[in-house]
Amino acid sequence: MNTACPGKKSVDEYIVEIVSDAGEGAQKAGQIFGAVSAKMGNGVWTVEIIPAEIKPPARSPAGASGIRVRVGADAITNMGDEANLVVAFNEQVLFGRIANGAYSPGTIILLENKWRNDPDKEIVQQYLNAVEGFTEQGFIVHELAMEEACMAITPTPAVGKNMFVLGILCHLLNRDLDKAAHEIQAIFKRKGEATVALNEQLVRAGCEFAATQLTFNFDIQPLSNDRSLIVTNGNQALGLGVMASGMELVSMYPITPATSASHYIASVFPSVGGCVHQAEDEIAAIGFAIGASYAGKTACTITSGPGLALKTEFLGLAVMTEIPLVICLVQRGGPSTGLPTKVEQSDLLASLFGATGDTPKIILAAATIEECFHFVVTARKLAEQFRTPVILLTDANLATGVQPYPRPQICEEWLAPPIDQSKWDPSIPAYNWDEKTGLSQRPIPGQEGGEYVVTGLSHTDRSKVAYDPASHQKGCAMRSRKIAVLQSTLKPPEIFGEKTGDLLIIGWGSTKGSIEEAVQRAQKEEIKVSAVHLRFLSPLEPGLKKIFAGFKQLITIEINYTDEIEQPYINEESQRYAQLALLLRARTLMDIDSWSHVFGQPIQPGAIYREICRRLGNDHSGSGLTDNNSGE
Amino acid sequence: MFGLKEDWSLDAPPRYFTLEDYTGNEARWCPGCGGHSVLGVVQRICRDKQLPPEKTVSVSGIGCSSRFPHYMATYGFHGLHGRALPIACGIKSRRPDLNVWVSSGDGDCFSIGAGHWVHAIRYNMDMVLMVFDNAIYGLTKAQTSPTTHQGTKTNTHPLGAPLPSINPLTVTLGVSNVSFVAQTVDWNVPHLYATLKTAYEHKGFSFVRILQRCPQFSEHTYEEYKKDASRLKLLKHEKGIQLDDKITARFPVQHEHDPSDKAKALTLANDLDPIPIGLLYWDPDAPSYSDFTRLGLEMPVDKKIAALNDALDHFAI
Repeated sequence: MNTACPGKKSVDEYIVEIVSDAGEGAQKAGQIFGAVSAKMGNGVWTVEIIPAEIKPPARSPAGASGIRVRVGADAITNMGDEANLVVAFNEQVLFGRIANGAYSPGTIILLENKWRNDPDKEIVQQYLNAVEGFTEQGFIVHELAMEEACMAITPTPAVGKNMFVLGILCHLLNRDLDKAAHEIQAIFKRKGEATVALNEQLVRAGCEFAATQLTFNFDIQPLSNDRSLIVTNGNQALGLGVMASGMELVSMYPITPATSASHYIASVFPSVGGCVHQAEDEIAAIGFAIGASYAGKTACTITSGPGLALKTEFLGLAVMTEIPLVICLVQRGGPSTGLPTKVEQSDLLASLFGATGDTPKIILAAATIEECFHFVVTARKLAEQFRTPVILLTDANLATGVQPYPRPQICEEWLAPPIDQSKWDPSIPAYNWDEKTGLSQRPIPGQEGGEYVVTGLSHTDRSKVAYDPASHQKGCAMRSRKIAVLQSTLKPPEIFGEKTGDLLIIGWGSTKGSIEEAVQRAQKEEIKVSAVHLRFLSPLEPGLKKIFAGFKQLITIEINYTDEIEQPYINEESQRYAQLALLLRARTLMDIDSWSHVFGQPIQPGAIYREICRRLGNDHSGSGLTDNNSGE
Repeated sequence: MFGLKEDWSLDAPPRYFTLEDYTGNEARWCPGCGGHSVLGVVQRICRDKQLPPEKTVSVSGIGCSSRFPHYMATYGFHGLHGRALPIACGIKSRRPDLNVWVSSGDGDCFSIGAGHWVHAIRYNMDMVLMVFDNAIYGLTKAQTSPTTHQGTKTNTHPLGAPLPSINPLTVTLGVSNVSFVAQTVDWNVPHLYATLKTAYEHKGFSFVRILQRCPQFSEHTYEEYKKDASRLKLLKHEKGIQLDDKITARFPVQHEHDPSDKAKALTLANDLDPIPIGLLYWDPDAPSYSDFTRLGLEMPVDKKIAALNDALDHFAI
C-alpha cells in the first residue's frame, strides 16, 4: 500500500536524519526506514549519530543521538553531504548537528512543538529562541505536535514516538507501509502481539498525520537490480564473514566500536558450531585465540584502538612463532581513549609497526560493508597460507553504516578444513622454510612426529632457541620474505578515472565511497582527477610508482591527523603527514601530500570535492556547498 | 597396564612410551635447582599415564620455570611473561583431547600474570598449573617477587623487601569455582610425584604451588624447612594425596584434613609455620568453562552451511 499524494516530486536521492535525546528510539526508526528503502530496491546508506555516553542529560546539544539515512535511486556508498530533512524530538539536539555542518539553508526541520507549552519558562524561551535562529539560518521549520498525536494512541508517547516518526517519513518518501509492518513484526515479535500491533498503528498514524500536516512528498525510483541482496551494517558483515570463513572461536574483550560484531556472532555462533570467548582482558583475548590457533583451530580476535595497543606483545609473538591469526580492528578515534564511538583511520601505523622488533605481517583494509564480509574469508586463508597474523582494518563508519549488497554465496571452500592429525615426518623441521619464499607448513599438536616447542625467542628452523647471528638473521629474513611473496601475487589497484591527470587521490578504508563520489563530480566538470583505493597495506599492492607517475599531484585523503602547512611552526621539515602518506612516501620516494580531517566524522564528498577544486585552482567550489567538516 | 589376557593372547599396546619419549633438550637450570626434580616427576607421570607425546602440550610463560617445555619432548609453547594461562586455556578450548601442563613461576603467575591466574582458576578448564615458587626472580637476577619474604634483601630492595609477601594459597582459595588447590615441595620427590599425579587426574583446573629452592638467589628461603621436616605439616585424608606409609612416616607433623572443607582449607593456608603440604581443597563437581567452549566441535559442514544461509536469510531483501 502506497501513500502517494498528488503533486509529489521525483528526486534522485534524499537524506533524512532523526535526532533525539539518547534512548528515544531514533536509531531504531531510522534502521527500519533504511531497511524498508533497501527492500524497495533503493540504494541506502545509514549512519548512526551516537553520543559517547549511554544516558547523556536530556535536551543537551552534545547528547544528540540519532541516525542519518541516505536513500537513492542509484547505489549509495557514503553518508553524503547536507541532509534534506531532519526530524527532531527537541530543538537542543539540533545545535550539535548544525555545528557539524549536517544541514544547509533549505534543509527542512520537522520539530516537536510540545516545548512551546512547557511548564518550565526557561525551556519555552530556549525553544522560541532556537526556532527563530533556525529560521534566520535559512532552515525551513515545521513545528509539529507529534507527541500530542501519539497520545491519542498510546498513554506513553515517549516510547512509541519513534514509530510515529517512521510513519511520517514513510509518507514523505512514499515508502511501502506493508514492508514497514513486516520489519516491525520481525523486530518486536519477541515483545508480543500487542506491541507489534501498537507500533504498526503508530506508523500508520504518523503517515496520516504527515499527509494532513505537510504538503510535500518525494518519490525515489528503485534500482533495477535482480540480484538477491542482503542489508547489514559493517559489524554484522564482519561477523557473518568470521563465521563463513570457518572460524570456530572469537576471543574478545568488550570495546567500542568493535563489540557489536561479537554480539552478532554470539547470537548466531551456536548454530554454526562456534564459540565467543569473552576474555578477562584484551591481552588474554588474543592469547586465547593464539592458543586455539596453535592447536589447529581457526580463531580470531576483534578489537578497537586501545585493545590493539594491549595486544601488541602477543601480536609480536604470533609473528615470531608464525601462528596464523586474524585480528579484526574496528578503528575509532585516538589516541588513547580518544573518540570511542566515532570514526578515524588512525591505527594504520600502529598496526604496521605497533609491535616491537621487526614484525612483518599482512594488513588488509575493507573499503565497503560488503568487503567487511569477504575480507575476513580472505584474511583467514592468508593467515593459514602465509602462517602469520593478518590484521583486517575496518572503522566505526563501516561498523555502523548499513548498506545493501549482493548476498554472498556461502561455499564449503571458505570454511577451514578439518585439522590435519596425520603423522608428521620427524625429519621435517617445524619451520621448514622454503629458502626462496620463507613459507613453511606447521605441525599441529596431535600430529605424531611433529612435536616441537614454540618459542618467542630467536630460533632455528627446528624451533630450537638460538642466539647466534646467522639464525636470527635467517629467521627475520624468512618472516619478511613471505610478505614480498604475497605482494608478487597481487594485482595493481584499479584506477578510478583516467590513467593520467592533474591530481590523483589515494585512499584506503571507508573513505572510498566519498572519494569516488567527489572525484566523479569533479570529472563531470572536466577536472583531471582520478582516484586509487588501496585494500592491501602490508604488503602494498604492486605498481604504485607507475600509477603515481601519471599524475602531476598526489594526495592521500584519510581520516587521521596531518599538520597543515599554514599553522605556527609547521613547515616542510616539521610537517607530519597523514599515515598512508607517510607510508607511501617511504615506499615510493615520491612527493605525496595528504589531506585529512579528524572531526570524528566520515569525510563527506562535498568536502573532498572542494579540496580537489582548491588544489587544482579551479573555482568550482561556489556551487552552494558549505564546509560540512568545519567541526566544533 | 598390558600383558597376557585370559585367552593367552598378548594385550600389547601398539605404542609404549618410555621416559626417553618425554625427554627433550638437556635441562639447563642451575645445579641444585628445584626445577630438575619437577621435570623428572612430570616425565614419570607422563610415562606412567602413557600420555602420547603428540597429545601432550607443555605451556609456559617467561622465567626460569618457563624453560620447562624445552626440556620435554612433547608439544610445547614457551610464550610471553605472565601469559601462559590464556594460551593454555585457548589450546584447551577447542582441543579437549590434549593434555595440558602449565609451568609458571612466582613472578610469572602471581605478579605479571595475576589477572590470568584468577580467571583461569574460575574457568576451571582441565589442566595442571605448576607454580615453581622460589620466592625470587631468578632469570633476571634476584629482584623481589610477590612471595619474597618481607625483609629479604634483593637487587630491587637492597634494604629488604618492604611488604609482607602475597599468600598464593589464600588468594587461590578465594576465587569462585576453584576446584583443586595443593602445595608440595621440590625436595620431597615422592610427595611431589603423588601431588602432581593427583592434580593430573583431577578433571578441572589443578593449582599446585611447588615450594622450590633457588640455590643461586634464595637458598635461605626454604633451607630450614628442608633440613627440619617438622616445619612442614603433612595433610592427610582418604580424598587427599595418597603416599606410601614409609614416606608418610618421614613427616613428624601430620594433620587430617578433608579437602572438601574450604573453610578449614583457608585456615590451613594461613598457617605459615609449619607449612601445610598436600591437598588443601578439592571440588570435583565445579563446572568447567570447557563445557561451553567445546560446543559445536563435532558439527558437520553441511549443517554449518545451512545455519549460515539461515543467518543470511535474516538480512535478505
